[in-house]
Amino acid sequence: MNLLVLSIAALSGLGALLAFLLEVADSYLGFYGECHIDINEGERELVVHGGESLLSTLMEQGIFIPSACGGRGSCGYCRVKVHEGGGPLLPTETPWLEPEEVKDNVRISCQIKVRGNMYIEIPPELFLIKEFRSRVEALYDLTDQIKELRLRLIEPDTITFKPGQYIQFQVPEYKECPESVYRAYSIASTANEPDGITLMVTKVPGGLATTYIHEVLKEGDEVAFNGPYGDFYLRDSDREIMLVATGSGLAPIMSILHQMAEEGISRKTTLIFGARQKKNLFYLEEIEAFKKRIPGLEVILALSSPEEEDRWQGERGRVTDVLEKIVKNGANKEAYLCGNPAMVEATVELLTKKGIPEELIFYDKFT
Amino acid sequence: MEQLGLSAPVIFFAAIFTNNILLTNFLGMCSFLAISREVRSSLGLGFAVIFVMTCTSGLNYLVYYYLLVPFGMEHFRFIAFIIVIAAFVQLVEMVIERSSPVLYVILGIFLPLITVNCAILGVALFMIIRKYTFLQSVAYGAGGGIGWTLAIVAMGGIREKLRGAKIPKPLEGPGIALIIAGLMALAFVAFSGMIQIQ
Repeated sequence: MNLLVLSIAALSGLGALLAFLLEVADSYLGFYGECHIDINEGERELVVHGGESLLSTLMEQGIFIPSACGGRGSCGYCRVKVHEGGGPLLPTETPWLEPEEVKDNVRISCQIKVRGNMYIEIPPELFLIKEFRSRVEALYDLTDQIKELRLRLIEPDTITFKPGQYIQFQVPEYKECPESVYRAYSIASTANEPDGITLMVTKVPGGLATTYIHEVLKEGDEVAFNGPYGDFYLRDSDREIMLVATGSGLAPIMSILHQMAEEGISRKTTLIFGARQKKNLFYLEEIEAFKKRIPGLEVILALSSPEEEDRWQGERGRVTDVLEKIVKNGANKEAYLCGNPAMVEATVELLTKKGIPEELIFYDKFT
Repeated sequence: MEQLGLSAPVIFFAAIFTNNILLTNFLGMCSFLAISREVRSSLGLGFAVIFVMTCTSGLNYLVYYYLLVPFGMEHFRFIAFIIVIAAFVQLVEMVIERSSPVLYVILGIFLPLITVNCAILGVALFMIIRKYTFLQSVAYGAGGGIGWTLAIVAMGGIREKLRGAKIPKPLEGPGIALIIAGLMALAFVAFSGMIQIQ
């Protein structure tokens, strides 16, 4: 009996001693103390505790760097220029960075740790990115597959965004979804009513976010999102504008149309809105109203496989078929595409062949 | 078998060359095959193994003869050795993360896996079986670690050279690595006539 107690005590003592030593080592080795992060030459100065990744440290301080994978290092979006204090380039970063970016000190912020004072550079518009709480003001069907979701902001109560940008909607835990995830949705509403945003959500079978929005969410519920993100917005030039959308890809385009109407932009503009059948088209009255408010706007609706009862008089075929027909010379045009990746890829290929410079074709792929 | 006749330096050199723990006992193979694509990362892991092996052989000696033997708990030696090794690996991980983030990322999961690197437990068990003294045990641990590092760095160098070579398709990757390991083991067998420590 004595021996039993003794041996257990001896073994536990050994374990306890080792645990104590490790604890001492950790408080020395894992402690980085107070670190100063200088952002954009003094625009913001953060004082933080070191030891976490740069991405999560910035997130804690309310600076949201776009990240689709949530810091696992698998998307490569969370780029930040780190001029001082970033340490050596890590093998987990190199796959995402071009040689010029490496020369410019671009780093993947979820992979590097705050270990001391840093000097970093981030685009100033990222300061506009915030975490919002909002209430569902309206939620209804636009088609049998697409719902419109209108959110009224609670805290903060206004949002500043460029028409065409997107937000990351937080899907809370629910039956089908064991942990909270974020999904990106483009803002469809005008930037001039900053107390709310409108999203369009296409139902995806088995999709975590779309199932939540289509089947669980109700009017009056509270939801969270962060944003705005993205470089899909109208560029200032004199070129002719081609707007191409399929399905809920119309969302950012609607926001851009609001902007054109409100700012009196009268550049020659063609909107091509494609769907499979007539029942998949939506927002037709709103688009009609834009035709009156935007002098340069021409609208082409295209159905790829209209049904007999649609009695469709308009264009037939995919949006690429329409573009093939109407775009003669792309040299004086710029294009904004939004919709499923297959459409976007095919359209980019076609439009570059038609002579629109590749850097003037802007797109958002909805996946 | 009485080992008192062999002095610590002899055991040290024997552990590196004639009884290389990797190439004659085939212990610690998994990280040997996985991390040996480049000399640089092999060297990093090698140093970690040297440090862990040397320190744990000494510590395990003390734990065995001053804790387990007096209490008659020799049958607890596996669990005692393993926690000592685990604690040490944890320490090494903290040190590497602090001092070399690049090496930390390259070693990745293999650093924590040193915990169950059979070569390290092997050293601890051999030194008990062969009734080494404290000095002999530490010398055996250090020599074993250096021998392991020598083998993995040599392997890393060969695999770097082989990168441009035309290797028959079915032998690419682990296949050729195992063949190289076999040839290296044959080469080390040539040393074994000099001293024998088993």
